[in-house]
Amino acid sequence: MDNILKKNISIEKEIDDFLNQFSEAGLLFKSGVDIYLSGKKDRFQKTIDEITQIEHKGDALRRSIEEKLYRKTLIPESRGDVLDLLESLDALLDRFKGALYRFDIECIEIDPKFHDDFKELVRNVVNASEALVQSSRSFFKDISSIANHMHKVSFWETEADKISTMLQKRIFKQNEMRLSQKMQLRDFVRHVDKIADRAEDVADDLSIFVIKRSL
Amino acid sequence: MFAFFLSSGLFLGWSLGANDASNVFGTAVGAKMIRFRTAAIYCSIFIILGAVISGAGASHTLGKLGAVNALGGAFIVAFSAALSVYLMTLARFPVSTSQSIVGAIIGWNFFSGALTDVNSLTKIVSTWILCPVLSALIAILFYKIIVFVISSFRIHMFRLDRYTRNGLLLAGIFGSYSLGANNIANVMGVFIHVSPLSDISFFGLFNLSATQQLFCLGGVAIAVGVLTYSKRVMATVGSGIMDLSPVAALVAVWSHSIVLFLFSSQSLETFLRSHGLPAIPLVPVSSSQAIVGAVLGMGLLRGGKSINWRIVGGISSGWVITPVIAALLSFVSLFFMQNVFMQKTFKPVPYQITEQAAHKIDKAGFSSNELKTLMGKKFESAVKMKKALSAHISLTPKILNIVLSASKINEMEITMDKINSIDSNWISDEQIRALEKFYGQKFMHQWQFAEALEYNSSFWQFHESDIKFNENLNRKFLYLYNLFEK
Repeated sequence: MDNILKKNISIEKEIDDFLNQFSEAGLLFKSGVDIYLSGKKDRFQKTIDEITQIEHKGDALRRSIEEKLYRKTLIPESRGDVLDLLESLDALLDRFKGALYRFDIECIEIDPKFHDDFKELVRNVVNASEALVQSSRSFFKDISSIANHMHKVSFWETEADKISTMLQKRIFKQNEMRLSQKMQLRDFVRHVDKIADRAEDVADDLSIFVIKRSL
Repeated sequence: MFAFFLSSGLFLGWSLGANDASNVFGTAVGAKMIRFRTAAIYCSIFIILGAVISGAGASHTLGKLGAVNALGGAFIVAFSAALSVYLMTLARFPVSTSQSIVGAIIGWNFFSGALTDVNSLTKIVSTWILCPVLSALIAILFYKIIVFVISSFRIHMFRLDRYTRNGLLLAGIFGSYSLGANNIANVMGVFIHVSPLSDISFFGLFNLSATQQLFCLGGVAIAVGVLTYSKRVMATVGSGIMDLSPVAALVAVWSHSIVLFLFSSQSLETFLRSHGLPAIPLVPVSSSQAIVGAVLGMGLLRGGKSINWRIVGGISSGWVITPVIAALLSFVSLFFMQNVFMQKTFKPVPYQITEQAAHKIDKAGFSSNELKTLMGKKFESAVKMKKALSAHISLTPKILNIVLSASKINEMEITMDKINSIDSNWISDEQIRALEKFYGQKFMHQWQFAEALEYNSSFWQFHESDIKFNENLNRKFLYLYNLFEK
């Protein structure tokens, strides 16, 4: 009985750690975009290193948790749901990292007149992912309070959609920009907005897991 | 021969194990929380333990309903019960061995002319309704408590699941014990009066009564049913019940196990009686109905929308159809057994108001003068005696019972060779010495022999508050009745 309890406590801690990594990745993404827009290349490189490290740590944690889950820790039906949730969160974490890498690889030029909208978009996306982290924590620890967080994911996703649409319209209205430049920027806006969309999809899945586990 | 006749009881036990183990461990195995092998081993061990240790309570009530007194009859009663369970399962009706055995015993009563004890029958039928209702109430209470605890203490999902798994295992073990204790009476109850087994004393340390040996055999038959055939049933039932959340499934199994325990625990009955509380009748109940009752209870708690009322209808119809079919099957099969296979299906028990019987009736507060015209007349069966009594005088059920039990004839003769054959490890030297005083005497009634023994020896007297001693003494009397009967 003692062993079983110890094993559970370590999984509980690992899940908490994993969610912390995910949350930090969001915050790093936000500050990374701010740094990129302010043109501080060195600091941006450091942020990329940091988010890469977090992504590795997240991967290691996910593998370790999955391994423990497969050793019959959970009721099998819940086990599948928990694994799905972890995989989805990990994929989202990758998207944060991927977006920062795109800045680095494509050296995207963003006109200062779009900076505020860009920052606003990133803020909403990170808020959506943060609401998802809160929902996931509730799913594990206090399922009755999950409704307090879940609706916020949709809210921030809608806000992100609004800004993304508005930003894309503004980009294509610019006559002085080349079409290739416009398309690159549009793709990038879509990439960032997609993170919020995915966060909402994960929240939808989570709401079904919650129904399955409801007492 | 006994082994052959016992086979129908063992068959009934096997089908009970194959079907009812799923109520106990189905959820855990169906949802792959516990391996089938682990579940089957736990289930088998605890069913046998429950049957041997606590099986006596429920079998007593069943014995009162009708004491099947010939081996051939017991074979047919158990066989009819098993066959009706099988037929009803084919017709996809939810069945209960408890209901089929009661029907089969009533069929035997009709065939043999024995009276069906209305009190016991009412007691048994009322528990068929009481069992799912009680199970539903317990489930509602448990469910509310568990939901309150989980939401108040914010238990982590992993920990909650671990508790649920362990809880299901414990519930399964407790449920198996209760199932053995409660339902063994269905399987072996009818063989108690006809079994040639005698008590075995293990170096004077503990005593395994003939009934317990019989129950152990029945328990093994149930266990074989669990091990050989319950896997498929568990897989289907388990996945069906898992439509509930794991916690709700846990509540369902616990409520089921508690209800089965309540209907078979003699110590609880004694405790309630000694505190002046109404006791729960010790009756074999249906484990399927207990679990469905629990699920219904939780369904009602959620507003009742998720309840499949067709299943409820099926269960209610099972209450009527199963015993009727079993009674008919039993009656027809007894007829064939007796007239085609020439086997003895019952031992006729004649009734006669002898002088001693009249004296006993007088002592009970009813004047036997009113029965003067019937004095000395011998009746073939209880039914015929009752008919004659009703034609002559109107008696209350209580008085009728007194008259009938006083007039029941069981001729006995105390012979030395039989006294010498008594197991002196179980029956004490003082008790045997008291018996020897009656050497050569004959008795017409069992009560007459018992009264004579009690009067002559303090070692044959019941102790007012010592229930265990009295139970043991009762078993000894039963043994002597069978031994000295002519």
